[in-house]
Amino acid sequence: MTADDPAGCPVNLSGRTALPPVTRRALLAGLGAGAGALVLGLRLGGPGAAELRPIALNAWLGISPHGAVILVDRSEMGQGVHTALPMLLADELDYPWDRIAVRMAPVGPAYRNPILGAMATGGSTSVRAGFLPLRRAGAAARIMLVEAAAALWRVDPADLVTADGEVRHPPSERAVGYGALAPLAARRPVPATIPLRGRADWQLIGRPIPRRDVAAKTDGRATFGIDVRVPGMVYAAIRQCPTFGGTLAAVDTAALTEAERAEVRLVQLPDAVAVVADGWWRARRTLDRLAIRWDRGANASNHTDAIRARLTAALGRAGTRVVDRGDVDAALAGAARRLDADYHLPLVAHLTPEPMTATAEVTAERCTLWVPTQAQSLYREVLPDLLGLAPDAITVNTTYLGGGFGRRFEADFGIQAALIARAVGRPVQLIWDRAEDVRHDFYRPAHAGRVTVALGAEGEILGWHHRVAGPSIMARALPQMMRDDIDMTTIEGLHDQPYALPALRIDAIRQEVGVPVGFWRSVGHAINAFVLESMLDEVAHATGRDPFALRRALLAGAPRHRRVLERLAEVAGWHDRPLAPVAGARRGRGLALHGCFGTIVGEVCEVTVFDDGRLAVDRVVAVIDCATVINPETVDGQVRGGIIFGLSAALAQAITIQDGAVVETGYRDHPVLTLADSPEIEVELLKSDAAIGGVGEPATPPIAPALTNAIFAATGRRLRSLPVAAHDVRAAAPPAGVDG
Amino acid sequence: MVRLTINGTPIETDADPEMPLLWLLRDRLDLTGTKYGCGSGLCGACTVLIDGRAVRSCTVPAGTVTGAVVTIEAVADARHGFTPDQARLADRVRRAWIAEQVPQCGYCQPGMVLAALALLAVDPAPTEPAIAAAMTNLCRCGTYDRVRRAIRRAADDRG
Ligand code: FES
Ligand code: FES
Repeated sequence: MTADDPAGCPVNLSGRTALPPVTRRALLAGLGAGAGALVLGLRLGGPGAAELRPIALNAWLGISPHGAVILVDRSEMGQGVHTALPMLLADELDYPWDRIAVRMAPVGPAYRNPILGAMATGGSTSVRAGFLPLRRAGAAARIMLVEAAAALWRVDPADLVTADGEVRHPPSERAVGYGALAPLAARRPVPATIPLRGRADWQLIGRPIPRRDVAAKTDGRATFGIDVRVPGMVYAAIRQCPTFGGTLAAVDTAALTEAERAEVRLVQLPDAVAVVADGWWRARRTLDRLAIRWDRGANASNHTDAIRARLTAALGRAGTRVVDRGDVDAALAGAARRLDADYHLPLVAHLTPEPMTATAEVTAERCTLWVPTQAQSLYREVLPDLLGLAPDAITVNTTYLGGGFGRRFEADFGIQAALIARAVGRPVQLIWDRAEDVRHDFYRPAHAGRVTVALGAEGEILGWHHRVAGPSIMARALPQMMRDDIDMTTIEGLHDQPYALPALRIDAIRQEVGVPVGFWRSVGHAINAFVLESMLDEVAHATGRDPFALRRALLAGAPRHRRVLERLAEVAGWHDRPLAPVAGARRGRGLALHGCFGTIVGEVCEVTVFDDGRLAVDRVVAVIDCATVINPETVDGQVRGGIIFGLSAALAQAITIQDGAVVETGYRDHPVLTLADSPEIEVELLKSDAAIGGVGEPATPPIAPALTNAIFAATGRRLRSLPVAAHDVRAAAPPAGVDG
Repeated sequence: MVRLTINGTPIETDADPEMPLLWLLRDRLDLTGTKYGCGSGLCGACTVLIDGRAVRSCTVPAGTVTGAVVTIEAVADARHGFTPDQARLADRVRRAWIAEQVPQCGYCQPGMVLAALALLAVDPAPTEPAIAAAMTNLCRCGTYDRVRRAIRRAADDRG
């Protein structure tokens, strides 16, 4: 087992990966992960095994004579959290970074995300939530170790210093390792005051520390959900009712041969059929040979056009007035000019690279899960009732996640695995095929937005009326987060927008669409930023102003936003570097700015639109202010990844509903940007004194409007709906046309 | 009955010859470094080398494979399946990948690394268009910039 792989998967001499029982136990056990995990290449022997066990100094840190282990309670899905969180703790600890092992924490009350109220990873919260507690945990441990040494040597703690995992007493030239002190330190009270180091003394924070998971993820040793191997396990493939809310009526196995019948087991769930076999391919192939009848349920006639019509109609309803600042009615009455526009956004799937998967073992006493999840706590909430077990009897082992993006905030696939495992009485690994994954997602909500802008005689904005219509994520997923029947995710990025608008009114209208919706990287921000930043661009062009200058003038009261915008213009050459012309094409540059999760990102997108309608995204420049940068390598990667993720959606992704079911089945019809088609990306990180911001999501919202604003600049076509691929983007004859 | 050479080791199994190579590797041989992403040849997560060429193992029935198969596990432990030249190249690519900190979630990366190996084996100093043409594996995390940089680094590192 490597020190860096939370689910450790050694390579044996034949070059094959395996997960022997001892490793699996280590994977189960978190801090008790056992001596083996901490030996770190040193020879066993001398102290007995018990002494090699790490002594827990607090919920996050264990120390043994041979190393330290930091527990991480957030899922690693590529955002670098298994490096960034340990860096926070280690920075206060004075312990050699390369002798610290990182382990995934077990599910339990100690590991509650204070922002989300559960053990969960999302909302770009991990580093923000951990920034103080983890540094305090490291500092407290160091103080306890120093006090232990002071008591041992009967010296004044003020005369002691720490370095390299030792407490030293310079006057007497004595030194003792943290590991030897750990049993004494663990018995000391947690200090009442815990001073933290200032920025100037940070050793790790802010430096490009190599990520812990990179080596194992490069050569295939990393264990994802789909790689879990449990003795005696079998594999399950599943087919779920194609319509949302429908149920299973009957399964006909007549087409199966006797041999096939002997080899597989069928498990019927209320809305799905699973086939269980000794290999996934056999299970999946058998699934195809079943004749399944469904009761298609209340949404059986749902259709994409009907969804759009319902959302448009909803815009005409009153809804809830969430914001009403200044006098919008007066602004509209006195306006020299009004701009009106409707915007539409489609349902979008997540397409995590690793399809939904979970491995479960259920006995009369226990349920053990191995699952790539962003929401460990959820299993302890839902499974006890379903399985008749106490919450403590549910163990959740978190593997690496082959992508999360919000999809793995849901527990549907893990619950299915548990139910199937209980039915067959053996450990089961459930793997969804790609089509199931696309057709049974919790999609980014479909959305309709209507904006009316009142303009004065000089083209100045007098008032802004913004209406949003869409389904609620929170009403289903986190009802306790609803506020007066308002799902704040439907207005996030609008009610807190930074522009100085003299009058602002926001109405939210909840309109369900008969399709489950969920958290999609940046949630409501990606939706609302598209409408807001597109509409600002419309105002700029309608009033003959530069989109940069218009925004800058509105940001007088938002210095962080303004600084990002100004730096963005410089780096992108907005004012002084015109785009080089391309024969047979028009080029354009678009800009967008958005703040979310405590971070502000501005992006400039450059496109070439060829006369035959082909579109190339040539370059994206991004400037991000997340206040404090923990690991610049990771932030840079998250910004690039967030841009590519948002671009894939903006360019070509839309879920179509026909007869109640999703039409798309995978990468062919819900395409993902390729290397060849990705733009050159330039990223600049800004620091500021604000409270630390998140980085996993904020780069996604600005890219769609930056792209469509660039297409407008190139062609005069205003795209008021996505994806771009649904439009003809050939240059429009002036005056500017609208393609909605 | 299926007979194959995988990472230098001859293998004989009673697997169904129609079983895609991907599932033979994963479910029968426990070589889980090769990933399932789509099952239709579109994403490249299942990429392996067959006689040095990058092949999407989800679309290849195990019974039709005649060449020598090399999986990502050989990159982790190059004593198996590679000639000394290939082993040196694999090591260079692996080191370049780590130096450029390419992976995010990591799920596509075994396939990416093997696709890069296949490219560099025939084109030791690929141009940008050559990289774009060869690297058709999908990365949902958007690590493409670093993939390009790592390939250039591995190419420059020849020596
Ligand atoms: S799994 Fe083979 S190409 Fe996607
Ligand atoms: S690193 Fe996540 S899919 Fe490529």
